[in-house]
Amino acid sequence: MNIENVVLKASELTRVYRRGSEEISALAGVSLQIEKGEFVSFMGPSGSGKTTLINLLGCLDNPSSGNLELVGRNIFGGGAKVGEKDLTRIRREVFGYIFQNFYLIPTLTVQENVALPLAFYKKPGVEGEVERLLRMLGMEHRMNHLPGQISGGEMQRVAIARALVNRPDILMADEPTGNLDTKRTGEIGEILQDLNRNSGLTIVMVTHNPELARLAGRSIEMRDGLAYEN
Amino acid sequence: MITKFQIAYKNLLRKKSRTALTLIGIMLSSWVLVSLLGFNRGYEAALNRDIDNMGYQVMVMAKGCPYEAATLMLQGGKGLRYIETSMLADIVKEPEVDKTTLILMQAFFDPNKGDDGGIAGYFGVEAATFPAMKPFLRFYQGAWFTDDSAQEAVMGFEAAELEQRVVGDMIMVPEVDVPLKVVGILERTGSQDDGTIFVPLKTLQTIAGIDKVTTIGIKVKKDADITKLENKLYQLPDVQVVSFSQVKQTIMKLISTARLMVLSIAIVAIIIAMVGVINTILMSVLERKQEIGILKTMGAMPGDIFRLVWTETLLLCGAGGVAGVVFAFFFAGVTDVLVRRILPYAPGGGLVLIDFKMSLFTLGIIIVVGLMSGLYPAWQAGRIRPLESIRSDS
Repeated sequence: MNIENVVLKASELTRVYRRGSEEISALAGVSLQIEKGEFVSFMGPSGSGKTTLINLLGCLDNPSSGNLELVGRNIFGGGAKVGEKDLTRIRREVFGYIFQNFYLIPTLTVQENVALPLAFYKKPGVEGEVERLLRMLGMEHRMNHLPGQISGGEMQRVAIARALVNRPDILMADEPTGNLDTKRTGEIGEILQDLNRNSGLTIVMVTHNPELARLAGRSIEMRDGLAYEN
Repeated sequence: MITKFQIAYKNLLRKKSRTALTLIGIMLSSWVLVSLLGFNRGYEAALNRDIDNMGYQVMVMAKGCPYEAATLMLQGGKGLRYIETSMLADIVKEPEVDKTTLILMQAFFDPNKGDDGGIAGYFGVEAATFPAMKPFLRFYQGAWFTDDSAQEAVMGFEAAELEQRVVGDMIMVPEVDVPLKVVGILERTGSQDDGTIFVPLKTLQTIAGIDKVTTIGIKVKKDADITKLENKLYQLPDVQVVSFSQVKQTIMKLISTARLMVLSIAIVAIIIAMVGVINTILMSVLERKQEIGILKTMGAMPGDIFRLVWTETLLLCGAGGVAGVVFAFFFAGVTDVLVRRILPYAPGGGLVLIDFKMSLFTLGIIIVVGLMSGLYPAWQAGRIRPLESIRSDS
């Protein structure tokens, strides 16, 4: 592994949740490195800690202990909690996210949904990115439609375009095909694979679907809050 | 490219009926508030206009209750007290006095007025002095009488219209059945003069069998000290001196209860609208918890979300406030009629005067109150953590 190419390095990440007096360990000390341009999938049964891990890797949550380095920058080192504002700053610089439930705004058109992140933060040089992404994902003919007027597969394409509009370093995908049929799952898988191969986009994906996991170049199995390289 | 303003606007369209109901609430409170402000201004202006139309600033009447004196002066009435005409000689000696006129008010019961009969007010005035006091009066037909003993009358516009009289007609003074010839009909003034019948002073004194008067009207010289004159007039025996500033104060006191009531309604309406705004925006925030979380995932800072939700409040209050002001402007006539029904005394002319500055002021209040109402929901929205919202969905 080329150390200069590492974009994401987790060291002994743990996450403990409290429910009353009970402590639940969702992540029991995960260490891993992801290189620039890798397509990594996390698989495992429910409760194995894969979503907890992707939330920590994607700076959506603070770990209970451990460290995370992002593009050589120390994020969670020293046990100090990172505030929501700082996490937001990191997220908008580095990550794009897609989720199982798409989370498109129903009152905004496809084009407006894709442009939504730019209303809050706009990286230099992203002008024309909305149209380019919609064209690339075959959605230009639907740009004035509302989410309620398009299919589930199309909704996830729109969500992918929205995640990529600010040209992130890493795309985090949490069960991206969880709500789609086999045909649409295949289409979304192909899109992710193309983005990784042709654009060199780093993708970190959680999935239950072994077919989809096979498309990733690297697969990690999650069991009892620990990560096992396949 | 989409702006935060467009996002906020489209969010409000999501639940159209809820947004519409909130808008109606804000509109009503804006309507009530601007109408109240318009009434405060309009009533005082109408009262000033009525008082200016009297033509004189000070009146000397027989001693009695000042409230009664104010009522008599503006509306006429029964149970009148009288003063000697000789008192005029003492009054004209005062250096502050510019002009004077003698007036005799008489009220006769007219069985043909209205359904159950009513009081007809007659003003006995001097042909030589009264028209000079009111040079602004214009004639629709005819002219003033020239002889103080003539059997003639000049009718106010509404009095003539009610009885369908034209110049040359004969009218009968009720109760005493004395015929008078109509020699003039005044143009509409919007004041009490519109409903009055003016008769030469001596003629009315003869009809009523009285050689006294009810009032001496005094026009004060420009820049003269009215208070000083009032104090001197109080030295005269058994007189009540009524200045228009006093009359105005007295009437404003009489209607203060009505004003307070309307103000209370306005405050309650604003509070209800505020609660409506808080409820609508808070509901909307709670319903969109996941979406707000996703916006934060995408890079929206807490301040961005706060401003987004606050913009929604601003849009609601701005639209509702403008609608309320427009309604108040176009339905000022209806408000006028309603207000007249509850007031103890209403001057002539429009009682609700709404102008651009007042509309802007009301809109400002509605928006400030609205933005205050939006503080809590916007703060709550800003605090939503992305992970919690995503987790609550799964």
